Amino acid sequence: MKNQLEIQNITKSYGDLKANDDISFNIKPASIHALLGENGAGKSTLVKVVYGSLMPDLGEMKWLGKSYNPKNPFDAREQGIAMVFQHFSLFESLTVEENIVLGLDGVRLDESFTEQIIKYSKQYGLDINPQQVVGDLSVGARQRVEIIRCLMQNPKLLIMDEPTSVLTPQEVTDLFVTLRKLAEDGCAILYISHKLEEVRQICTQATILRGGKLVQNCNPQDHSKQELAEMMIGKKLIQLARSNITTGQDIFSINNLSRKSDDMFGVDLHDISLTIKKGSIVGIAGVAGNGQDELMQLLIGEVEASAETLVFKGEDIGRLNSHQRRQLSMFFIPEERLGHGAVPDMGLNENMLLSRPQQSEMTNYGVINWNNVEKLTQKVIDDFKVQTQSSKMQAKSLSGGNLQKFMVGRELIQNPELLIVAQPTWGVDAGSENNIHQSLISLADQGSAILIISQDLDEILTLCEQIHVLSEGSLSSAVDMEDNGLEKISNLMLGSEQR
Amino acid sequence: MIKLIPRVENSKAMILLSPIIALILTALSAFVIFVLILEDVKVSNVFFTLFVEPFTDSYYFSELFVKAAPLMIIGLGLSIGFRAGIWNIGAEGQYVVGGIAGSAVAVYFYDVEAVWLLPLMAIAGILSGMFYASIAAFLRVKYQVNEILVTLMLSYVAVFFLSAMLQGPLQDPSGFNFPESRMFHDSALLPIIWEGTRLHIGLVVAIILSFIAWFGIKKHMFGMQIKISGSAPRAAKFAGFDDNKTVWYTLLISGGLAGLAGLFEAAGPAGQLTPGLPSFYGFTAIIVAFLARLHPIGVLFSSVLIALSYVGGENVQIDYDLPKSITQIFQGMLLFYFLACDILIKYKVILFKTIRQTL
Repeated sequence: MKNQLEIQNITKSYGDLKANDDISFNIKPASIHALLGENGAGKSTLVKVVYGSLMPDLGEMKWLGKSYNPKNPFDAREQGIAMVFQHFSLFESLTVEENIVLGLDGVRLDESFTEQIIKYSKQYGLDINPQQVVGDLSVGARQRVEIIRCLMQNPKLLIMDEPTSVLTPQEVTDLFVTLRKLAEDGCAILYISHKLEEVRQICTQATILRGGKLVQNCNPQDHSKQELAEMMIGKKLIQLARSNITTGQDIFSINNLSRKSDDMFGVDLHDISLTIKKGSIVGIAGVAGNGQDELMQLLIGEVEASAETLVFKGEDIGRLNSHQRRQLSMFFIPEERLGHGAVPDMGLNENMLLSRPQQSEMTNYGVINWNNVEKLTQKVIDDFKVQTQSSKMQAKSLSGGNLQKFMVGRELIQNPELLIVAQPTWGVDAGSENNIHQSLISLADQGSAILIISQDLDEILTLCEQIHVLSEGSLSSAVDMEDNGLEKISNLMLGSEQR
Repeated sequence: MIKLIPRVENSKAMILLSPIIALILTALSAFVIFVLILEDVKVSNVFFTLFVEPFTDSYYFSELFVKAAPLMIIGLGLSIGFRAGIWNIGAEGQYVVGGIAGSAVAVYFYDVEAVWLLPLMAIAGILSGMFYASIAAFLRVKYQVNEILVTLMLSYVAVFFLSAMLQGPLQDPSGFNFPESRMFHDSALLPIIWEGTRLHIGLVVAIILSFIAWFGIKKHMFGMQIKISGSAPRAAKFAGFDDNKTVWYTLLISGGLAGLAGLFEAAGPAGQLTPGLPSFYGFTAIIVAFLARLHPIGVLFSSVLIALSYVGGENVQIDYDLPKSITQIFQGMLLFYFLACDILIKYKVILFKTIRQTL
């Protein structure tokens, strides 16, 4: 059988950096082929070469047995290669069918077009209403629109970039049904992801890249998740485990917290209650945009709450600002790194001062002791293996993973009794993710409490022993994981769509 | 083709070189303008009068600092606000109001000779400048009204208020109906620090203030607060800073300093309150602040540079019959080239031949 796409000795350099170094592999017809690798491993470069937006320096490709050198993405689409990007390009104010017709050349919006949308929608289980306005759709539904738009071009290869990073577990299951059907019908799929469990479920072939080089072509189902991760990062992972879960008395509670959002597009929070014990890791799962940002602002103290709705060590703290809360040993790591947790144009040493409890001795009556700041910054850099040339490097010059390590380190070095963290490993490579998870676990093992707000369900399931779900601004009670826990979480996350 | 590419790190060389490049470009442009407008006069002579003469004569030299002192004081306050992204454009208004209030104290106690008089006038100047700026702060904090508009508009109000005062309560009763106040008596006048010139104690105060400001900005959390509020407002909240307080602090500081400068001008070179008090120092101080890259010690130098354009500008007006706008053209070009050249700190210029199409 002929290969769908043959990639032979592709090399692409940016200056001295070889983003792709002599990479060869084949995509078989009707297969779902995973492309795995950490950030910077060369996945995007390779995909851009295949999709025609970059020219390789060396090497060649064969498409359905014939030589293939796309000059631009338009060329690639003509030949039957389509791509669904991680960030969608849809107009929110237009309907589904209008959006689809806009992405195509030489077609008009008429009845037969709408019928075709409905045909694809039925054939592949892509539940969509062509007349609905995109702005009203969930993220999962928007992705379905993007997929249908690609299918209208009758592709023979569909490239999907991190398709599940924004989906609920149920939506992921549905997507996999669609993808399997597409593959059966002869459309090969190149599936880019760092979620190894999913890759093992759906892909029969995998190409693993590391530092621009090909590490291995294999069947991911023959390897464990850990083996795949270790191939990706090129070293052994630390096994994550809590050494002793000994929870003590309650340390922090949220009591019937409600708040109308000031923002027109914000989410109102309804009657949120939660209790955290010393030494425990509590997780709040949920799809983004269900009130996570609003809740985090209240927890940090950026927005004032009624005094008694937040209680820490027996004290009402709702009205305290973040600096006052830190004096009580509450620390925070927000989701957004640049512009929220760190000031992009300031050095790491100056960024240390965002979180400056009295005990850190970085300031004394507001006067900055730069010696101490420097020492503490250096300690964070050393202890948490932040890769940076100096403590004065601007925050924006660090990679996402490195800056996250710095921000986690900045708070952990103060030995928080309570750490509240949103998306601790968002956009962080597997090695750093492993390190960050490990340091959170050891913090809890020492008796501190941790609250994690994350969209990454795997992360919550790995770390937390008490899990809540945030949906449309309401927080569920703790989910009993013994009794079909995953299914319950999934249903709670989808809460809005069931109503 | 020419393209600007972001540098990985700010260029240290360019931080020093860019003001020099800007000065050279300003001089070249000034040269072109002089060649175009001058007849029968050597351009080199005009350049000499403009840039060199003020340093050769002790009177002109002292005048440099007479003019630089108010620019320093106002520029300091503005640079603190601009760091926080609070744009007090109407320091001129706060300067005028400060001058009026301070003079009112001097006029009220016109027959009292006492050591406390001058400090009291200074306090009146500062407080009234603060009050005038607080209108903008209040409107901004309470109703999200843009402080640029409020401060700018209020500066025109202040100038008319000055006319009203000089034709009303503050007018000299024995002044033949001229719109001027009484002459201040000796204990209401700023001490002269250089005998035989108009150079007064205000310069010393300005220098002391800039070192205090330097300490506040570099060594105190207040400096971090305004810096963070200016470049990343969400991070400022994360750090526990109240953004309303930042607005209040910065407007009160810049307003108070402008008010002090206004009083110094009335009790210094003028010796009375006159309609000539609004001298555009409040607007020119914006240029001073930016030329100093908002650095409090830099303000010491940039204010002298701008003062040079005043003193030299006046001299060429007299000697060569050139229009008054020469000074403003010079200041405008200086700021323009300075800001333009600062691009080179963060970007490098490359020449290239082909553009590769990317997605």
